Amino acid sequence: MIDKELIEQTLAEAVKNGGDFAEVFVEDKQSSSAYFDDGKVEELTSGRDRGAGIRVVVGETTGFAHTADLTQQGLLAAARSASVAAQSKGKQTKVKKLTNAPTPSPNPVLMLPENVEKIKKVELLKRADEMARNQSNAITQVSVRYGDSRRHILVANTDGVFASDDQVRTLFSVACVATGDAGMQTGRESTGRPIGFELFNEYDVDELAERAARRALTKLNARPAPSGTMPVVIGSGGGGVLFHEACGHGLEADLVKKQASVFAGRVGETVANELVTLIDDGTMSKEWGAFAIDDEGRPAQKNTLIEEGRLVDYMWDGLRSRSQGRSSTGNGRRQSYHVLPMVRMTNTYIANGETDPEDIIADTSKGVYVAHLGGGQVNTATGDFVFGMTEAYLIENGEITSPIREGNLIGNGPEVLKQIDALGNDFKMGSPGTCGKDGQGVPVGDGTPTLRVKSMTVGGTAA
Amino acid sequence: MEEKLLTTADKIIALGREDEQIEIVAVHEQETEIRVYEGEIESFTASESQGVGIRVIQDGRQGMAYAGTLDDQILKETLIEARDNSTFGTYDEFVAIAEPDGVQPVPLNLYNPKLSQFSTEDKIALAKELEKYIRSSDERIVGVESTEYVDSVSASAIVTSSGIRRSSYEGGCYVAASSLASDGKDMQTGFGFSVGRNPELLDIEKAGSQASERATRLLGAKKAQSGRQTVILDPYVTAQFLGIIGSTFSGESLLKGRSLFADREGEQIASKMLTLVDDPTDPEAFTATEVDGEGLASRKNILINKGFLEGFLHNSYTARALKTISTGSAVRSYNSSPGVGALALSLVPGSETQEQLIEGVGNGILIQGVAGLHSGVNPISGDFSAGAEGLQIRNGKLAEPVREITIASTLQRMLLEVQGVGNDLERLPMRSSGVSLVVGDVTVSGV
Repeated sequence: MIDKELIEQTLAEAVKNGGDFAEVFVEDKQSSSAYFDDGKVEELTSGRDRGAGIRVVVGETTGFAHTADLTQQGLLAAARSASVAAQSKGKQTKVKKLTNAPTPSPNPVLMLPENVEKIKKVELLKRADEMARNQSNAITQVSVRYGDSRRHILVANTDGVFASDDQVRTLFSVACVATGDAGMQTGRESTGRPIGFELFNEYDVDELAERAARRALTKLNARPAPSGTMPVVIGSGGGGVLFHEACGHGLEADLVKKQASVFAGRVGETVANELVTLIDDGTMSKEWGAFAIDDEGRPAQKNTLIEEGRLVDYMWDGLRSRSQGRSSTGNGRRQSYHVLPMVRMTNTYIANGETDPEDIIADTSKGVYVAHLGGGQVNTATGDFVFGMTEAYLIENGEITSPIREGNLIGNGPEVLKQIDALGNDFKMGSPGTCGKDGQGVPVGDGTPTLRVKSMTVGGTAA
Repeated sequence: MEEKLLTTADKIIALGREDEQIEIVAVHEQETEIRVYEGEIESFTASESQGVGIRVIQDGRQGMAYAGTLDDQILKETLIEARDNSTFGTYDEFVAIAEPDGVQPVPLNLYNPKLSQFSTEDKIALAKELEKYIRSSDERIVGVESTEYVDSVSASAIVTSSGIRRSSYEGGCYVAASSLASDGKDMQTGFGFSVGRNPELLDIEKAGSQASERATRLLGAKKAQSGRQTVILDPYVTAQFLGIIGSTFSGESLLKGRSLFADREGEQIASKMLTLVDDPTDPEAFTATEVDGEGLASRKNILINKGFLEGFLHNSYTARALKTISTGSAVRSYNSSPGVGALALSLVPGSETQEQLIEGVGNGILIQGVAGLHSGVNPISGDFSAGAEGLQIRNGKLAEPVREITIASTLQRMLLEVQGVGNDLERLPMRSSGVSLVVGDVTVSGV
């Protein structure tokens, strides 16, 4: 994207007035999306965003500037802006020789989005719309979204890192509204992978549309969700977001460092039932949160966070690991060149268990079965979390019975980890997600086998 | 900068063909963000961003393209891309660029030169002062997770082939902090902020004491008893609910049959105490603006008048499709086509203080914060459930703290069950302002 010499020159300019570390992050992102709603292709949108973010670190202070001007003049000006905070402080840092490191991609990309005719993308939307409507006359509205992006990044720093990645992502989602006597209900389903248009050779749009429609139709007969504490069984692949929220965020080193996590200072301790092994893995082939390098030029890694209930390690980015004299775990990510990187998750999951999932349900006399969870949120300092159930059922006498309407599940991360008392052998990754932190969104994946939390608060409207 | 954006847009419009309509949105923003931690600067960001969005409509088909630059050559290519995209749109007789409607914008003067004159050192000092204030406010404050000062000055222009040519220039700033409190056993967090058009208007003491008090007063919180209760929503919580309620008044959800309140114009849908307005022409509102996302003058729209449904919000598309006129409610960023939404929502304040409302309620819960509201609301059915924390109200006074509870109801019932509106209007860094609000018959799930 930019030649090595100019990058070296920019780094040298950034540390001219002192500084312990400087980095240039260059990004060139092209994206396209198509939206189909109410039987119409509303529009196709294409976008292009390119620029560079430059940071200079001195002690505990970071200076940051970004520019859309990738000429020598633009980059040097940004380097000077970023170095203002470092003015005459810190040691003199020399730029180490920039060396390319080979970075294996998590998976090959076969059909680049820009080589696919737009009409093919549009046809998929129409097909999904038709399929969803075919499920029932009660499906009154369907909206379908297609999106792809190709993001070239180049990261270079004064430690000599010079790495690049070409990240392709394709996403498809269907949302349906079903109308019945008791009002309207919604159902949504999506798929997304870090691959190109071959996604649709591997994944059937018809099936996706059918599932979204079924989800909305099922809820037409749903009863109000119960309220109070009870056992909650989470279906495989449908509830990874629980662990993303309940413990993933609390294991991010930037929050730990500020004591803003309930898991601070607890490495080596038992923090979960011994059934629980929690992993964050940026190398997972074809999973939504995978990449070759993170946004600090570090190769993706598979990191065990909790092993058989014991807290093993946190997730680290460059800034936080430097100050601890350890290495990054490949979790330094950023939404775009406009912002600083932070510690972020990739694909976070609970490893497989041994119990037959049917036995778990049969062993639960009264509770809630959650087939699919929506978005959630956590207060990392207290561990309190909340998220919405988008498809859930009552469990009565060891059987899944009536569907229930929207409600939230709330609980406390460390408590829930201890309350997990059954783990199925049917591990699955879930739907593609966007994790928000400090206003930045990045693609993440999650997964779990079927599991049971002995006691959790369900917040429904039924007394 | 306004002139430069207008000229950039004019040049693209000049490349338009006879058989097409074009709309250009160009923006430029300068932002400073200073974060401090333990008395030191944690990060200092100086940023400048720009972008142009181009919408092309030919034969009732629309296409969009955008680029994060003002470079003429790239924008020429972007126009060609938008034009190509439009050929794949489905024909829609109502799709068109907005036409000038003769309504003149209310001049708001949203930029105060003091914002740009304020020195970097003084901005840093403000953030440090806020952190220090919180740290020394209460011995149970054990840390301040983040303290930031943020300001931005933005210029934008909208030029269309239908004859709209408007620009705006505005600035604002805020300080925000998140504190950590501990009593040795329990840990709680609290946030506080203050917003203004220039840094002299920022109230460090208010932001600091809010952050401190919100955290410390929750220490030792336990679950509440499950059951139906009357709750008082703190202004910040009310504002979050207003955002969701506002979306049900969008002409878009009306057009697509997704509004809770379709066909109910003129009917009573809320308590008579409730008047809900969307007024971006109120210069005190954080999101005040002279023009909407299609370049039409923004205006004051009444949504609920003393409990009765007064009207919906429209952009030019939903107005054409529903045979009405645009209410100047197009919302968008440069990289998307216009949607419909509230620009600056607010309830008309009542006469009582929060303290008086608490006294009047007698027994219930003051809800200080909610979590997971967006994931827990179905704006089509109106069902909602949210995680909540706050303080028990006993015998007209605030009592012990509660956490890890959920509150649930439907948006429809909630509007009808409003039993009191506070006089404590609070401006927030979002599209809604808040007041304390008493709501009856809410399902609380706890123990």
